[in-house]
Amino acid sequence: MQRRDFLNALALGAGMVVPLGRGAWAATAGAGTGTGDATRRKLVVVMLRGAVDGLNVVAPVGDQNYLRLRPTIGLAAPGMDGGALDLDGYFGLHPALAGLQPLWQQQKLAFVHASGSPDATRSHFDAQDYMESATPGRKNTPDGWMNRLVAALPGNATPSRLLGIGPVLPRILAGGAAAVNLPNVAGAGRADVLDKPEMAAAFDRLYADHPRFGRAYAEGRAAHREVMDAALNEETAQMRAADRGAPLPNGFPDDAARLAALMRNDPKIQLAFVALGGWDTHAGQGAAGGQLANRLAPLGQGLAVLAERLGPLFDDTMMVVMSEFGRTARENGNGGTDHGHGNVMWLLGGKVNGGKVYGEWDGVGDAALNEGRDLPVTTDFRSVLAQVAERHLLLGDRKLVQVFPAMPQRMPSFQVVRA
Amino acid sequence: MSSRPSWVAPWAGAALLLTLAQAQAAPLPPDRQAVHVLNRLAFGPRPGDVERVTQMGVQRWIDAQLQPEAIALPAALAARLDSLDTVKRSAGASLAEYLALRKEVRKDVHDGDEGAKQRRRELEARVAREAAEARLLRAVDSPRQLEEVMVDFWYNHFNVFAGKGIDRALVANYENEAIRPHALGSFRDLLGATARHPAMLFYLDNAVSSAPNANARGKAGGLNENYARELMELHTLGADGGYTQRDVTELARMFTGWTFDQRRLASGGEGFRFDPKRHDKGAKTWLGQEVAPAGQSEGERALDVLALHPTTARHVSRQLAQYFVSDDPPAALVERMTATWRATGGDIRAVLRTLFASAEFMSLDAAGAKFKTPYRFVVSAVRASGMPAAEAVVNVTPLVNAMSQLGMPLYGCQTPDGYKNTQDAWLNPDALTRRIAFATALAGGRLPLAAAPASLPAAPAPRPTPLDPAALQTALAGSVSRRTLDIVGQQPEKLRAAMLLGSPDFMQH
Repeated sequence: MQRRDFLNALALGAGMVVPLGRGAWAATAGAGTGTGDATRRKLVVVMLRGAVDGLNVVAPVGDQNYLRLRPTIGLAAPGMDGGALDLDGYFGLHPALAGLQPLWQQQKLAFVHASGSPDATRSHFDAQDYMESATPGRKNTPDGWMNRLVAALPGNATPSRLLGIGPVLPRILAGGAAAVNLPNVAGAGRADVLDKPEMAAAFDRLYADHPRFGRAYAEGRAAHREVMDAALNEETAQMRAADRGAPLPNGFPDDAARLAALMRNDPKIQLAFVALGGWDTHAGQGAAGGQLANRLAPLGQGLAVLAERLGPLFDDTMMVVMSEFGRTARENGNGGTDHGHGNVMWLLGGKVNGGKVYGEWDGVGDAALNEGRDLPVTTDFRSVLAQVAERHLLLGDRKLVQVFPAMPQRMPSFQVVRA
Repeated sequence: MSSRPSWVAPWAGAALLLTLAQAQAAPLPPDRQAVHVLNRLAFGPRPGDVERVTQMGVQRWIDAQLQPEAIALPAALAARLDSLDTVKRSAGASLAEYLALRKEVRKDVHDGDEGAKQRRRELEARVAREAAEARLLRAVDSPRQLEEVMVDFWYNHFNVFAGKGIDRALVANYENEAIRPHALGSFRDLLGATARHPAMLFYLDNAVSSAPNANARGKAGGLNENYARELMELHTLGADGGYTQRDVTELARMFTGWTFDQRRLASGGEGFRFDPKRHDKGAKTWLGQEVAPAGQSEGERALDVLALHPTTARHVSRQLAQYFVSDDPPAALVERMTATWRATGGDIRAVLRTLFASAEFMSLDAAGAKFKTPYRFVVSAVRASGMPAAEAVVNVTPLVNAMSQLGMPLYGCQTPDGYKNTQDAWLNPDALTRRIAFATALAGGRLPLAAAPASLPAAPAPRPTPLDPAALQTALAGSVSRRTLDIVGQQPEKLRAAMLLGSPDFMQH
């Protein structure tokens, strides 16, 4: 009741951010739900919708075929002007991702190349659907794998345990367990119309137990209260004050910084999902600079910000970046690339066996290409996610099957996640 | 697309029952039919609409809606539309102004000046505002409601994202020339109009696609398969339409040369052009058929085949049934619509006639089964409020902003699949709170709809005029359940209008 009254006071126009204080929050967080320890290990999934060109994210600059396939958009060799950043003497990182280099050097960043979905579709929409349901080829799966994951993990479900950033709830989060979305993290701490007691009373009556909308309404209110509490924390207030001095660029870096603060302040947040668009570079994608570089730069910066601002929590956090499929190995007639197959997955975090590019790799010679046009899929994306679930989130074998049904028989020979 | 019972386990059950019982779907009682057709063939009732449709007869009203050309636009709406210069003008004139400013910006950047940049921003803002204004005023005010509903449907079916380059200058013209004239006409004409419009040629890159070795305008040519893929996957056959990657590539080759020239469009108004220098003159094999080299007519023939293809008929019929009946529409209805499509060669009006005359459409299960998209929620709320948009809504920005906050910015869908219209896509915990906030602001008269966009910040805000809950309740008679009316009736009068527009009943249609 105390918290409720506090929110009401805020809504009535007090306008002052009164920190609850970390101690006060920590006391309520653990006691009420018993999820404090169960939710200690975190997962952040970033999905690049539109099929990012993985061959220019982690580019095989050491392959003699690479620049032959990509005469105008290929990245130059490391050390050259606008050249790729050397990873292992063969692969090079896109220079717009320079902000991630320290994580690579600290072995907190790894890639799995030529990975993806075994389904051959080159439809964005079907392929994204499969990546979110984790049931390639099966369209009638009712829920997303992150929702099944939160249900399978030990500990109680709370509305903010599974969190999406964006105005709609993506398929990956949908399902039987509670999940919420925040349109943007910046607005998360603001009081809304239903924080006014008379409005809340009126609308609670309309929606309580409503068969169609009651659940969404109740979860929205509960999550709003949890997130408000976390956002009102002292540390966030300080962070905001600091932001005024040095504003972060709009978009992902900004959201990433605020997400880090929310995760530090609200121990109940365990699984988070962000989708970023604009990767469908059919024309004029550029090389070291240009369209793709302009998208990669804020992504890399945001991931670095998230890693940094999570502080000690980074050790318990795994970030996975994935995209529905890769793009053609050859550039097309318009300095772009068309829809392909295999792509690169990125993993960042304290438990990553980092500093390495994993995956079976046969180069980009004509004979190695899938259907003569793109990367084959040599590692099923689900087997990488399964490693994260098992080794990082400590999900048991029996539960793993619930999250990833019909897993491929062939598992990768590498361990990208440290035990 | 898949169905997800995420928020709606009870509803998923209802959908299953509907599938099982489709043969004998319980008919909608006559006294509920007027509300139902206003919720589906229109963007919800305005005050007095239910009585008007009842008096006229539901069937006669449907027939009239299927002939929009016979319905005159009200003078006030026509005058407002006539005042929107950037919407009225041709694609060429629109592009010319945009390109001229872009050129000035480049010169300014060179000279270290900011003036042109400011002017370009102003032009972009004005173009976007006027396009939204035209669309929303029509959606709220036009008596040709079905036409506007179909514009919403087809715009999403043939989506073009206004944020991509010069398309910001072209989307209003695209809607007015490629979409609206064909909204109830022949699917083949609609398909052809979208295929040839510079907005689509630019958005899905066909304008730059050329034969691998063509040397057009001194640039190295090459194939771009973006349009060919989405043409089959989204516009016609559907993702499960049975075509292969080879079919995509071959179709892209057939469409090489379908382009436009920015300078010719801006200076002489030439839209579509076929450029034989870009065209791949080799033989092709597409969907199992040999295609003899025939220049531009290869693309035209491909559109003929796709428009009449049984798989297209079924795919688009299903999408129409999903939009008008339920998220998982009855298969038997889709089959009857498909048959009409094939019998009429893709006559949209005839297919809709089959749909509206069906027992599945006029059934108890269908009434209220759809969850409103943010677009429909906003438009239907303004309609229910009774304000004549052409006179009362000077400033559409609050409406545009509401749609953006709800995740559905107007002309702002980046991907070619357009916005979905299913409950899975739009119902989420945050959305309900935001819709309630919008309903509360509209009901309280606190949206600055009457303020001129350029009004001085110092000007005193007009006194809010809250909506009259009794009038709203009358307008929504038949759309709101007894339970909701009882709860609303027990609350203070000042909350009632907000509660009606923010009620669970008003989220669905």
